[in-house]
Amino acid sequence: MNGFFDLPSDLQHSYLGLVGLHLREALLPVLAGLLLSLPIAQLCVRFRWVYPPVLGLTTVLYAIPSLAFFVVLIDYFGQSETTVMIPLALYSLVVLVPAIVDGVRSVPPETLAAAQAMGFGAVRRYFQVQLPIAVPAIIAGLRVATVSSISLVSVGMLIGNQGALGNMLYDAQIYHRPVLAVNAVLTIAVLGLLADAALVLVRLLLTPWMPRKGAAR
Amino acid sequence: MNVLDFAHAFFSDTAHWHGYDGIPTRFAEHVRYSLEALLIAAAIGLPVGLLTGHYGRGGNTLALLATAGRALPSFGLLVLMFIWIGFGLLPVMIPLVVLAVPPILVTTYEAIRSVDPSPVDAARGMGMPETRVLLQVEVPVALPLILSGLRTAAIQIVSTATIAAYVSLGGLGRYIIDGLYQKDYEKVVGGATLVAGLALVTLAIFWAAARLTVSPGVRRGT
Repeated sequence: MNGFFDLPSDLQHSYLGLVGLHLREALLPVLAGLLLSLPIAQLCVRFRWVYPPVLGLTTVLYAIPSLAFFVVLIDYFGQSETTVMIPLALYSLVVLVPAIVDGVRSVPPETLAAAQAMGFGAVRRYFQVQLPIAVPAIIAGLRVATVSSISLVSVGMLIGNQGALGNMLYDAQIYHRPVLAVNAVLTIAVLGLLADAALVLVRLLLTPWMPRKGAAR
Repeated sequence: MNVLDFAHAFFSDTAHWHGYDGIPTRFAEHVRYSLEALLIAAAIGLPVGLLTGHYGRGGNTLALLATAGRALPSFGLLVLMFIWIGFGLLPVMIPLVVLAVPPILVTTYEAIRSVDPSPVDAARGMGMPETRVLLQVEVPVALPLILSGLRTAAIQIVSTATIAAYVSLGGLGRYIIDGLYQKDYEKVVGGATLVAGLALVTLAIFWAAARLTVSPGVRRGT
């Protein structure tokens, strides 16, 4: 593996710089998706008829190939990181909204009744009872969304080298250095696995009442 | 000009409707790549998922494999395989199959695992051999979930098969990649519309398949 971390200068970043860029381009959209899907999911729980159309709309958005999405957005945002991040945020909705809706719906009615009897208002009940109980389901959704977001960023390479680690794929071709492509694929996969492990850790910290053994998915 | 105008301009141009770069040819190519990838992925994912689900073992290993499969970037894998193997269908099939196996595998395993144990016990008590317990009791009950796993995989394949065009193959991605380099947005929007349309058709096919194959008793329960 000669010159594994030896990046051509046209990438304009060191290896670690690319890793940082990649993480930012992948994680910010998931965060935005989470902030967006919390109120959407709450609407779906509150008004049941909203859920099927929302589900249909997110599925349609998800069916648009990332590359096409990027190219259409170039018209509005240029060949920039924003162009890559907007589709990724929208893709995350297709996983996150159902995960949150299922999680919030899985709260037993007795628990809600107990919260109400203790004098919790709707807002406090949401933040202190429903959300914490939904955490395992939300994290399960976040894991899928985060890992696929990290792997999708590389497609951004096609729109003016906005693919962070994915940009190495292009250089691997023009400089005939397959090692660079191996490096890109491996680094992206490892980042995905690390992010996944980090989310499992977050779940363990956020849900101290859950049994540690078993049910680890 | 907005997206709708672009799409309208693309579909009303008769030159786009025939020839080797016409919509019917590209559409057929896209369907062919997608079907082949789905068949290979199902041939790997279904049996493994059924067996591990039936015996209830290896769930953690499967979850790990699935996460690893998801973490591998399809596009990066495509470029890498193209550099290593060269021109052909194989460099496209490998990333598509890697993409599609995890959802099929995990959902099938979960579906069989979560089958109500009492009918399974009853079947064993009646003297059914294990293969018949699996095929005649567990699979029919788990079918809705198994189909949903296949559906997720199929939609991901259809939308990702566009990258085949990057390594000089055909498919609907041709319009998107060519349009990108020619700065021809009509083509890009047209190609994207076709792919999204194909994904919706896939959804509809799976919905119909579930209607036809899932037994009415199972459907009532869900």
